[in-house]
Amino acid sequence: MPEQLLFAMEVTLNGLMAGVLYALVALGFVLIFKASGIFNYAQGVMALFAALTLVGIMEGQIPFAHIINAIFGTELHHFGWHVPALLAIILTAGVMVLFAWLVQRYIFQHLVNQEPIILFMATIGLAYFLEGVGDLMWGSDIKKLDVGLPQGINDWIDVTTLEALGYGFFIDNLDISATVVAVFLVAALIIFSQYTKQGRALRAVADDHQAALSVGISLNFIWVLVWSIAGFVALVAGIMWGAKSGVQFSLSLIALKALPVLMLGGFTSIPGAIVGGLIIGVGEKLFEFAIGPLVGGATENWFAYVLALLFLVFRPQGLFGEKIIERV
Amino acid sequence: MNDLTGGNYTTEDGRKIGNTMMEMKNITLRFGGVVAIKDISFDINEGEIRAIIGPNGAGKSSMLNVISGFYNPQEGEVWFHGKKRAPMRPYQVARQGIARTFQNIALFEGMSVLDNVMTGRLTQMKSGMLSQMIWKGKAEKEETENREVVEKIIDFLEIQAIRKTPVGRLPYGLKKRVELARAMAAEPKLLLLDEPMAGMNVEEKEDMSRFILSMNDEFGTTIALIEHDMGVVMDLSDRVVVMDYGKKIGDGTPDDVRNNQEVIDAYLGVAHD
Repeated sequence: MPEQLLFAMEVTLNGLMAGVLYALVALGFVLIFKASGIFNYAQGVMALFAALTLVGIMEGQIPFAHIINAIFGTELHHFGWHVPALLAIILTAGVMVLFAWLVQRYIFQHLVNQEPIILFMATIGLAYFLEGVGDLMWGSDIKKLDVGLPQGINDWIDVTTLEALGYGFFIDNLDISATVVAVFLVAALIIFSQYTKQGRALRAVADDHQAALSVGISLNFIWVLVWSIAGFVALVAGIMWGAKSGVQFSLSLIALKALPVLMLGGFTSIPGAIVGGLIIGVGEKLFEFAIGPLVGGATENWFAYVLALLFLVFRPQGLFGEKIIERV
Repeated sequence: MNDLTGGNYTTEDGRKIGNTMMEMKNITLRFGGVVAIKDISFDINEGEIRAIIGPNGAGKSSMLNVISGFYNPQEGEVWFHGKKRAPMRPYQVARQGIARTFQNIALFEGMSVLDNVMTGRLTQMKSGMLSQMIWKGKAEKEETENREVVEKIIDFLEIQAIRKTPVGRLPYGLKKRVELARAMAAEPKLLLLDEPMAGMNVEEKEDMSRFILSMNDEFGTTIALIEHDMGVVMDLSDRVVVMDYGKKIGDGTPDDVRNNQEVIDAYLGVAHD
């Protein structure tokens, strides 16, 4: 096989892995949008906040240490203990549930029946608020996140492909574990929504609020639940991105990459978010590989948005979104 | 005029009517300056088919919405099973065993008929989320039981043929029937039907009447319904409340109501001189 083709295959594989992360962020958007019609601009910041909290808990950082020190003139920074990764993940998930409850109780409960644009503005406010809170709580320095996932090149794949094809594929172990985790997460979500009482209730709320109320579903409960799940998905995404490139505030910008993913997949489709994420991941890597050298590189910055634009022109409902037909 | 409030009577067709199940006392409901319901009291007895009728804008649907918790009245009390009910949200009312249908049909359009009816069982599901996810023990047994109830209702309402069809694709008459099936699936103590026959043809109306009657007869469900079609109402119901401009102008058996001068005036119009 020619070297170029093998190289393209490797690029495709790496693109798939990157796409999984886009898909994870997009998934959080879709969940909330489906259940409540809210386009949650804060999803990316939630991933950042979750990752910051996770690192903070693992390292035994004292939350709001800067403020406490400034007010009381103390020199507090750490509790002096380290929390094992698994326990810290569980605790962080708990924090995200609390966050979901607060968001529902103090923001969206007061905005029921408001215009979508109002809800959207509220989430923009939430995004900046959360970014600030994250900063105050845990500090703004770039942090290393290591929850014990394997990192670096996968030797087995490298050696096997080298022997079989004469060309060693470079695949990061972290990407492989991200994919595995994402597959489990999506499977769990599907089982949850199809077979549990709460999952059925969630689908019911997504479909029709009035009907859901009439069969005894508490809308508030479902919205807290769906924000909690979105918070958990954000945590998983935050762990993966954080492990890859450190926990830093630019992490919240990944939310913007999820936008073209949603344009492709449709705002209401879970499979759409996944396929959309993979297409963008592979697309931007392959495009960079094939066209990048001709136009001076850096196509990854804009490729996804141009693709989304094309979709908006030719298929505005996305790949899996429902076509909106107005009855006249 | 025979007074049947307080219940415990036998109908002409020999059904036994029990105690008072629900009592509305001096209900007043306002929307800003508009008075939708003005000081209305009436009761619903166990096992009864109770109708609320009246011209357009009389406040019938508002009344049903008060019972089902979608509106909370500014004045008055709602008594259910001998207890005064605190202001409630619709889902809490539903959990108390009061199911309803809507005038404009509120179904889960994206789900199949079967899934729609299954949502009616949500209030009956008790097992934990994790056991439902791994499908073990109590959850499995519960699911089977729920499926049995639902299949029985689907048989009863003769919608087996469309079990797997997404509701969005069904014609209007069948949607009404699916909505009724979902309400029945909750095995409610009190079933509220908001214009169950609106927009139906004669054949569909006959079917629906048959279902309502045998639901009441076979399952002993207490039913309160709103209906425009006077003929249907008079045939179906044991007692009728008549509303006009938010006020109650008549209450009694169909015969009582038919001969009530105020009711006749409200329906046929009266010359004001």
